[in-house]
Amino acid sequence: MSEAASTAVAPGGTRRRLAGLSLATLPVLALLLLVVVSLGTGRYPVPLADVFSLLLAKALGLSTAVDATAQTVVLQVRLPRVLGALVVGAGLAAAGATYQGLFRNPLVSPDILGVSAGASLGAVLGIVLTLPAAAIQGLAFAGGLAAVSAVYAVGIAVRRRGASDPVLTLVLAGVAVGALLGAGIALLKVMADPYNQLPAITFWLLGSLASVNPGDLGAILPAMLIGLVPLVLLRWRVNLMSLGDEEARALGVETRVIRPVLVAAATLVTAAAVSVTGVIGWVGLIVPHVARLLVGPDFRRLLPASLLLGAGYLTAVDLLARTVATIEVPLGILTALVGAPFFLWLLATAKRGWA
Amino acid sequence: MLALRELAFGYGTRRVGAGVSLTVRPGEALCLLGPNGGGKTTLFKTMLGLLPPLAGQIVLEGRDLTTLPRRDVAKTIAYVPQAHAAFFPFRVREVVLMGRASRLAAFASPGAADHAAADRALTMLGIGHLAERIYTEISGGERQLVLIARALAGEPRLLVMDEPTASLDFGNQARVLAQVRRLSERGIAVVLSTHDPGHAFLCADQVALLHNGRLAGLGPPAETVIPDTLRLLYGVEVAVVPLPGARRGEALCAPVLP
Repeated sequence: MSEAASTAVAPGGTRRRLAGLSLATLPVLALLLLVVVSLGTGRYPVPLADVFSLLLAKALGLSTAVDATAQTVVLQVRLPRVLGALVVGAGLAAAGATYQGLFRNPLVSPDILGVSAGASLGAVLGIVLTLPAAAIQGLAFAGGLAAVSAVYAVGIAVRRRGASDPVLTLVLAGVAVGALLGAGIALLKVMADPYNQLPAITFWLLGSLASVNPGDLGAILPAMLIGLVPLVLLRWRVNLMSLGDEEARALGVETRVIRPVLVAAATLVTAAAVSVTGVIGWVGLIVPHVARLLVGPDFRRLLPASLLLGAGYLTAVDLLARTVATIEVPLGILTALVGAPFFLWLLATAKRGWA
Repeated sequence: MLALRELAFGYGTRRVGAGVSLTVRPGEALCLLGPNGGGKTTLFKTMLGLLPPLAGQIVLEGRDLTTLPRRDVAKTIAYVPQAHAAFFPFRVREVVLMGRASRLAAFASPGAADHAAADRALTMLGIGHLAERIYTEISGGERQLVLIARALAGEPRLLVMDEPTASLDFGNQARVLAQVRRLSERGIAVVLSTHDPGHAFLCADQVALLHNGRLAGLGPPAETVIPDTLRLLYGVEVAVVPLPGARRGEALCAPVLP
């Protein structure tokens, strides 16, 4: 009896894990191919074979026969940008998946608690004060974190006064704080110099990876990794959080500890991402959604799927952004232009997007 | 197992009920009857430690419940909410696995032992065939059984069920009540609420009558589910008719229309 039970259960775990690994190989390979294509494509095309040999030579520390211009274009110009797209896309999608689980709503994006609005206000303030780029990024990052902290503080204060649904309270506080921040942004836009600052503000609010450099990546990677660690560690608990506060607590989850940890982690990732790229909508909304259709709602699979899909989606969209027209199209426009119709198509055809 | 002593309960400063004292022993089924708005759900939430008691004490296996960490409470008491539509299309097996949360450390994911416990719970309720189905696509009755399985997967000693028969069809009601009886036989205590006083005869050892937040009666079904108390509770005339050949005093309750 016990033997039968153990054969029925024990191999399930390992086999499932192996199946998971082999299932993950294909998307990872596809993503790598996309990266190579992305590195080779542009105003100055580099053959894919050359990109491969360049990357291989760089990784192994060998010399290469590829000409110097191609080397500069691929390694200095395009590589930071593509890496930026991978990291930011993965981060936004992971944060979106987390927020959707926490707020039990598949239509929630990482902006729900005001992180983008706060980052925008910080960046716009930096632009109006004509601060250097690094300071603008710092202000954006700080603004995003401050906005979410303010929302959380309001949420806790309201709950002390007897509000019963902590999640709804947070969302409503997020809406209110977001409106306040929006007013601040509008005010600064009115006050900004219309010839230099206003275009810069507009471009920041539409998002772009054009100016991402290796230094930026170095600055945001630690924050993103620190944010991702709790998401990975608490991946199964996110499933429980999606049952709602009361049920999760009845099942033994300390929601009052886990919710703020998850919100802080997802916020850190989002704030770091938007601080270098500006606001990029839709990725955090649509990618987790597609990932859920592919692998189901279990966050243990949803998180890696979102990371991969997010990285791929933003890399592909950024490739479009710099190749589709003679001028660069801001990312925010393309993520919406590509994302929204796709989303509508999903809504119309998906059998079980959500209950 | 669980003892409430002069318990007052409510939300924040709003007191819903007071002076509730009762004891649930291992393997005993207690049925809570009361009108809508009588405080049944609030009492349950307080009993589960989800709401702080406004006065009095909740003693769980000799310890004050309010001083216990959530996980320890959840290990002993499992909650079966009313069958609801979940927000994400989890598989039934994934839903049942969630019942293991109180048995796992914060950073842990369920392992082989947890899968085994989930399978046992599914088998115990006779719904093993639903394991790979999507929770949001099965019927309300099946969902209620899945939620009971989820509670049992955590291997609790007490189940608190909030109107487990509400919105179920006749057959599923009977199936759920039969499960309550089987749980009692296995030594698991059950506290459940219901809107049908007749259910008390089918599965309960004790009945608590909650009226305006206070206990209007506490005792075996045959002594508490009688026309006088039901008139007090629900404000209607009720005929309590013994079933032919009843051994435990089973009776039917039917309203008598004026």
